[in-house]
Formats: sequence, structure tokens, C-alpha cells
Amino acid sequence: MKQFLEGSHAVAEIVKRCRPGVVSAYPITPQTHIVEDLAQMVSNQELNAQFVNVESEHSAASVVLGGEATGVRSYTATSSQGLLLMAEVVFNIAGMRLPVVMTTANRAISAPINIWNDQQDVMVVRDSGWVLFFAESIQEAVDLHLQAYKLGEDPDVMLPVMVNMDGFILTHGMEAVDMPSQEEVDRYLPAYKTTYKLDVENPLTMGYLADPDYYLEIRYMVQETHTELLSKIPQLAGEFKKTFGRESGGLIQTYRMEDAEQAFVAAGSVCGTIRDAIDELRAKGKKVGLVKIATYRPFPKDAIASSLKNVKEVAVVDKSISLGGFGPFYTDVTSALLSLGAQAPKTSGFILGLGGRDIRVKSILDVYEKLSGKQVDCAFIGLKQELLAETE
Amino acid sequence: MTETLFKPGHTACAGCGQAIAARLVIDAAGKNTMIANNTGCLEVFSTKYPESAWCVPWIHSLFENCAAVASGIESGLKYLGKKDTINVIAQGGDGGTADIGLQALSGMLERGHDVLYVCYDNEAYMNTGIQRSGLTPTTSNTTTTPPGSASFGNPRPKKPMPDIAAAHGIPYVATASVGYPQDIQKKVKKALSIKGPKYIQIHVPCPLGWRHESSQTSEVAKLAVETGLYPIFEYENGQLIPRKIASVKPVEEYLKVQGRFKHLLKDAKGLKEIQAVADYNIKKYQLKAQE
Ligand SMILES: Cc1ncc(C[n+]2csc(CCOP(=O)(O)OP(=O)(O)O)c2C)c(N)n1
Ligand code: SF4
Ligand SMILES: [Mg+2]
Repeated sequence: MKQFLEGSHAVAEIVKRCRPGVVSAYPITPQTHIVEDLAQMVSNQELNAQFVNVESEHSAASVVLGGEATGVRSYTATSSQGLLLMAEVVFNIAGMRLPVVMTTANRAISAPINIWNDQQDVMVVRDSGWVLFFAESIQEAVDLHLQAYKLGEDPDVMLPVMVNMDGFILTHGMEAVDMPSQEEVDRYLPAYKTTYKLDVENPLTMGYLADPDYYLEIRYMVQETHTELLSKIPQLAGEFKKTFGRESGGLIQTYRMEDAEQAFVAAGSVCGTIRDAIDELRAKGKKVGLVKIATYRPFPKDAIASSLKNVKEVAVVDKSISLGGFGPFYTDVTSALLSLGAQAPKTSGFILGLGGRDIRVKSILDVYEKLSGKQVDCAFIGLKQELLAETE
Repeated sequence: MTETLFKPGHTACAGCGQAIAARLVIDAAGKNTMIANNTGCLEVFSTKYPESAWCVPWIHSLFENCAAVASGIESGLKYLGKKDTINVIAQGGDGGTADIGLQALSGMLERGHDVLYVCYDNEAYMNTGIQRSGLTPTTSNTTTTPPGSASFGNPRPKKPMPDIAAAHGIPYVATASVGYPQDIQKKVKKALSIKGPKYIQIHVPCPLGWRHESSQTSEVAKLAVETGLYPIFEYENGQLIPRKIASVKPVEEYLKVQGRFKHLLKDAKGLKEIQAVADYNIKKYQLKAQE
């Protein structure tokens, strides 16, 4: 049965059904509703968890690291500055192979301080070893949390998973959501069991110092697991569909790509806007489609290359930027397309929506306009020329 | 020697006070104990992959977060219903405790986790090459407080960490010294018998950083106590219980056996300043045997 839910509440509901034993978080807009809801659930004894009210995000991440190290399913959520503050721990959790799940309510980064949505925060921990999922809708955010625990806790995986959902747009938006029941979740996601944990009966040392004789191989093993995930994640999404009857997650999703000559590549809620723009363009006879990045790490390079191999022009839409460089998606997509050699499409990079600047269908149509022109690698869309003139 | 939970064969310097103290702590705590360790000398010399000196569950995450990791472990154990039978210890050096890890420690104390925090105080960042910390004593020569024509060495006194811990209203705080091994073990056992957050700070000479003979670790540690420069006391529910000094020695006796204070010995003003620190400690912590 579908329920009309706020995104944050929907996430809290699904996290509750995943039965984490340790929950720790520090408040930051727009993540707050999620953890407030969880605190209430613990307080009402709807959720049997230790809810640890920490003094910072650095400690929130450290607490879930410790909880997970005792073999207990753990959960945290953050955003923006909070994610940056916990960055050190985020890398550490992945290196220690602890399958924590975290929600990131994607938000801009200071300065200037700005609480609105873009995707610059997650890019700071892009290289940490976490599996990075991006949700397009509230429903997908719900489903990805389930898949996140299922995937991360797989004994052959043992990696943390982050579910990215656009701040405000998804966290504070309302949607009719098909919320899996507790019984369904229990069947899909059994209790977490591991031998890789702190245990007085079998005392392990975790978090060694590894010198140059060992470090390279230990890092390689994380990379190798990510490579294996490129086949595991489609299986995961396939099984999920069989169980719940919905397409959610996977490596990529495509929209109207069958005969497309031009394509957008994007991730997150902006894909909804792009779908609308595509429908408009299609109505005018333009053969255009969308490749949605549902999993950003591991990067689905082959899936992306093969979905774009018959396309002539590609527009990569980034809601973040590596200042002084390019949009991060653009860098990855162009790398993936190298495998197509001379057949590779002309690929342009566009930066949109930083700091919550509205992305409308019109913005996507502006991108489309530029797509058939000269190739660009980092073109900002929607700049107010009058503001730029003022600062000169 | 009875069986230990901290195996020899680690790579600490000869005479390392921290290595001795860490063994005393875990052997007093016993095998039903989990440890979260900050980055620092102890972590580096005890867990170089693939060897580990630890015979109990032990985890190292980062430099400054052992108190938060231990909070998570304690929460995990509570969730599993195992907390009553397992001790949780968070431990780190003076830098990881009093400087970069102070916030995480304060959070852990304030939230009331059932964890014993142990600070191994060797009075500088030793693992990175003897830089000053908030627990480096006045005038000490470290690589970031070198004496020179414009400097006397470290310009500031030690941060009163035990008092800061006690100000959180926690049930048990103590200082100890590797010069008095039985006292360390007695305090660890007492601390672990009390529910809630506990803090023990142990003075651990570092022959490399303090520049004393590696055979003199115990003597140097005792001199710090006997001069009043390292007050040994407990706060049980806020109540001060000092360890009295039978006969107080002048600070010079402690300073002169260490290279880090060498520049002081020619300087009457500097010596006076340090004697004043000792006198203050003796008064504040009521260390004199007969008063
Ligand atoms: C965030 C961070 N900053 C700095 C360091 C470098 N570092 C590692 S250990 C250490 C000093 C440790 O000093 P202390 O806590 O007193 O322990 P000791 O080595 O003296 O026993 C420093 C500065 C680090 N690992 N992480
Ligand atoms: S440098 Fe000091 S603290 Fe570090 S191992 Fe050597 S003696 Fe011990
Ligand atoms: Mg130190």
C-alpha cells in the first residue's frame, strides 16, 4: 500500500525496518528530519537501537565505526559540512571494511555558506572506497537503503554504502511511497552476522599499521571488490525487482535510449527534470535519451560506454565541480568513453544547479541547445551575467 | 612473570614507559576487555601488520577518535546485551587525549558511556618526533619549542587534564605513574569496578624524547612524583584522594637526569619557575605527608 510521505520520514521508516542496533548522528540541515524521526522511534520503543547523541560528525562516524566493529548493524546520516568533517573517518570505515550505511542529504559546501542542494559534498569522499548510490526519487531512496545493507554486508563485499539523496528536493519533498513491510524487510535482509568483529572469544586486531610491503595490496583488494561489484550490483537490482516488483538502483538506468543520437548523463533528482525535457524534445522529433548514473562508485564504465556507443553527442550534467578542473561526472564519463576509441561520441560537460539554483526543464533545454555546438568541457548553465559584471 | 595479554616482541624503544604501562593496564583489566587505541607510539609499535602484541580485541581507527569509537563499541555491546561482562578501554597518548582528541573525549565523558579512558602521558607528540603537546611541561625542549635566544623552551604549563575530566562530574579520575606499577593496576581495577566513564592518566617517561638513560625509566618516573611535578591522586566522586610524598625532593633532581631540561640547569630563574609548579601541585593536591 502506498503512503504519501516526506522523503526524510520515508528514509527513517525504512532504516527502522532494517533494524540497526547503533544509530549516531549530528544535526545538519537538510538531514535533520531523518535522525529526529529515528530518535523518536527509539524513544517510542518502535526501534530497539542505541541512539548516540554525539558532539560532532567526526564522532558520529566514529561511533558507528565502533558499533559496526562489534558486529552490530549501524547507521548514520549527514550532509555538506558534516560530511566534510567526518571525511577522515569516512575513508577509515571503508579501509577497515566495515559495512556501515549512511544517508547523505546532498547539499552545497561553504563558502559561501548555503544550505541548499547540489552534489559537491559527496565528491569530497568520492575516492574513499564507499559504494555510492544516487537516488532519483523518494521511492528509490527507500529501496536503495535496503539494497545498501544487503550489498555492504555480503561477506564477499564488506564495504560501507552511502545513499545520496538531493537535499530538500528529496529529503523534504513528498511522494507516494510503496513502503516495504517489516516482514518483507526481515525476509529480504536477515540479521547481520559476521566473524570479522571485536569478540573476546576470538580476539582480533583491527586497524593495523601497514608498511610499504603490505599497503599496496590492501588498497588493491578494495579496488578489486569494487570491480566485482560491477556484476553484483545488477544482480542485486534484479533480485530486488523480483522481490519487490520495482526497478530501483542498479548501475545505470536508461530512458528513451533505444534509437537516441544524443544523450544526457546525470545522477539524482535532476534526472526527473531531464526526462521531462526529453519528452518535449522527442515530441519535436529529436532523438534524445538519458543515461542515469545510479551507482557512482564503483563507476560503471562499461555500462556507460555501451549505452552511449551509438550516440553522436553526449551532455554530462554535473551538480558539482572540481574547481580548477571539470565536473566529476564529466571526468569519469569521458574516461569511460575512451574505450570506444574513434567511435566515442562528442562529449560536453555542463555545470548546473550549484547552491540550490533551480534546474528547470528550460535549463536542460539550454544544455541541449549547446550540445550541438562546439564541444565544451565545463560550461556553466544559468549564470547571471549582471551579477558577474557587478563584481568586476 | 604470569601470562600477559600484551606480548613482548613489539618494536618500542628500550625502556619505553608507555610499553610497560600499557601491559600493566591490560593485564589488570583482564581478557574480557576491548580496546580502542588512538594513533601514536603505542599503536605503531604494537600492531605493525601482520604482527600484533594484543591478545584482547583491539581496534585502531584514527589519531583523535578512540573515545568515540569506544562509545560505539560500548553501544554495540549494550545492544547485544554483553556490556555487563566486557570492559571497554579507550587509550591514547597525551596529544591524542588533551589536544586533538579532547572533544571526542569530552563527548564520551559527558554522555556517560561505561568506558575507561587511559591517557599515556609522555608529555609530547613522540610518534611524530617529539613536538610539544598541551601536556608538555613548562620550559621543556621539544622540536617545536626549542630554546633559543628568544625562547626558554615550552612557554606554557601542562593543561590540567585530570581536572578537566573531573569537571565532567564523572565517578572516577586518577593519575598514576609507571614508577609505581602496583598503583596503576590497583587503579585500573578500581576504575573498572565502577560503572560509567572513568579517566586515568599515567606518566610514562620516554627515553628518546626526554633524553634519559633507557635503564632509568622507573627512577625518572619516581622523581617526577617525589618532586611534586607529577601529582598522583584520585578523584572518587569528586573527592580528592592524594598519594602523599614521604619526603619532597627539589625539582633539580628530576630535571638534571633528562636532556629536555638541560638548558635550564644553568638558569636560576627557570629553575625557580619549575619549583613553583611543584610547590603549587603540592599545595593544590595536598601531597605533603604531614600537614
Ligand atoms: C589528524 C591527524 N593529525 C596528525 C597526525 C600525525 N600524528 C600521528 S601520531 C601523532 C602524535 C601522537 O602523540 P601522542 O598522542 O602524545 O602519542 P605518543 O606518540 O606520544 O605516544 C601525530 C601528530 C595524525 N595521524 N592524524
Ligand atoms: S619514542 Fe618514546 S614513547 Fe615512543 S616508543 Fe620510543 S620511548 Fe616509547
Ligand atoms: Mg605523547
